[in-house]
Amino acid sequence: MNREATLSVDTATVERLMPVLRFADQARRALQYPALGIAGLFALWYWGGWAIGNNEDTMAFASFAPGPTLAAFWDIVSSGAVWSPIESSLYRVGWGLAYAIAIGVPLGVMIGYFLTLKQVTHVPFQFLRMISPLAWMPVAVLAFATWDAAIIFLIAIAAVWPITYATAHGVQRIDPMWLKVGNNLGANPYHTLRYIVMPAIAQDVFAGIRLAVGVAWIVLVPAEYLGVTSGLGYAINDARDTLEYDKLAAFVLVIGIIGYMLDAICVRLIKRSSYHAEG
Amino acid sequence: MGAAISIDYITHHYPGQEAPTLKDIQVTVAPGETVALIGQSGCGKSTLLHMLAGLLLPSEGCVRINGHQVIKPSPRWNMMFQKPSLYPWMTVRKNASLGLIFQGRKTDMRERIDQLLETVGLSEKAEVNVQSLSGGQQQRVALARSLATDPELLLLDEPFSALDAFTRVALQDEVTRLARERGISVVFVTHDIEEAVAMADRVLVMGSNPGTITAELPIDIAHPRDRNSQAFVDRKAELMGYFGATRTLAADKGSAEAEAPTPDTESEQDESSSSESRARVRAA
Ligand SMILES: Nc1ncnc2c1ncn2[C@@H]1O[C@H](COP(=O)(O)OP(=O)(O)O)[C@@H](O)[C@H]1O
Ligand SMILES: [Mg+2]
Repeated sequence: MNREATLSVDTATVERLMPVLRFADQARRALQYPALGIAGLFALWYWGGWAIGNNEDTMAFASFAPGPTLAAFWDIVSSGAVWSPIESSLYRVGWGLAYAIAIGVPLGVMIGYFLTLKQVTHVPFQFLRMISPLAWMPVAVLAFATWDAAIIFLIAIAAVWPITYATAHGVQRIDPMWLKVGNNLGANPYHTLRYIVMPAIAQDVFAGIRLAVGVAWIVLVPAEYLGVTSGLGYAINDARDTLEYDKLAAFVLVIGIIGYMLDAICVRLIKRSSYHAEG
Repeated sequence: MGAAISIDYITHHYPGQEAPTLKDIQVTVAPGETVALIGQSGCGKSTLLHMLAGLLLPSEGCVRINGHQVIKPSPRWNMMFQKPSLYPWMTVRKNASLGLIFQGRKTDMRERIDQLLETVGLSEKAEVNVQSLSGGQQQRVALARSLATDPELLLLDEPFSALDAFTRVALQDEVTRLARERGISVVFVTHDIEEAVAMADRVLVMGSNPGTITAELPIDIAHPRDRNSQAFVDRKAELMGYFGATRTLAADKGSAEAEAPTPDTESEQDESSSSESRARVRAA
């Protein structure tokens, strides 16, 4: 802002305008770099589409370019065709995460609390963690009656590790004095959990959930390539089979947008659950 | 309605340590009495205090409060530590209310806490997060938290040693006043001779290896105590004398710095008589 210019206006006006100006300035600062990043991504996409369209070998895929993709995106949104796959996918991710949280948080609390348990579980858990969840696919299909259940299982098994270990990490960081003071004030185990342990580890748990959401959302799409006839992964596979590459790219766009929103929700939850003064 | 405490021949071994940390400690505290425990770092003061609080059970002997053996913590006896250890996700009020919440005494909790916060001078701060408070204010919240459940006994483990001089003196006087008003018995650990003389009715001097009570000094000065009065100065000098006489001995060995050493030199400790190790108590 040009201070000399504003100084020449009478001060009452300036004072009234100040909050507005300040807000505009803040908004500009907050948005300018993200806008730059988005523009960069679009430029890259545009260039990629142009390169594909101008190459004889890849010309058939020219509708991956921003123009056709955005048109198809508008199509699936305005026709409402986009909602049903989103719903199926979110349903699976939601349940998968719910199971992962229900298992991971208590497990993490115990691993963080009992050193022995941590040592006992270290090798098996690290071993299991490094197996791609998709490797369980055949097992999951055999073990579960429905495709939905199998996919939920795969998501849960992928998402449980970050939640477990983030929780355990949070528990290990609990100040032992907090437990001692609680004990001294006559807290029973429920009180300790509810008033001391849970608030103390909330931020770590949500940080784990954020990682888990990322993993779950990545596992979801390949899991939906198999068997099921609904969901975003299926929609992509289906568009490929029918050679509708613009629609395929539009669903990729949808996956990215929803993934981004899920992550943004997690970031908010992490901030809200932080007890640090500046959080 | 302060608690009568009887510490009956406590001897304590920590697992893995051959020498007892405490040996044959026998002390009684009358209802409403304030007793100071003073002694070299590592002589077992905190250990003894934890036993009074029911946070630790002695290997031999027992603690009785009002005739009942102490086997676990209770809201009726409350311990305050060097650090306030408040819960940073709670407001001042919530922190102070915690003992009552754990006891399930939620009726008229609000009024009680309001009153208590006023007593410790934090009415204005009731709804703010404790992280925004100064060290002294935080320790005041911890005091309110300890008093909320109407304890009969307050145990203080060097509770003011991390505070600046002004805040420390103010809190010493405040705790003494509150404890006397309410008839609460107090047992506190300190490194500070002036603090002992300012607050205590009786000072117990502890020696180490093994931890025993080596001397006892009544402080018969009326409250509120004037720190510049002759009686006060005399008492301080007298108490200092317990350390001063042996301090020269310690000085010969090159540990005139009264700051208590860590018990890293086993052999030196073995040679030292218990009175000599007392000399290393930080006497100021
Ligand atoms: N949990 C513990 N396990 C083993 N030894 C301990 C433990 N706590 C304290 N000690 C030992 O007991 C002795 C007394 O400790 P403490 O009561 O904290 O002394 P003070 O409070 O007088 O400084 C020290 O030598 C210390 O090393
Ligand atoms: Mg100590």
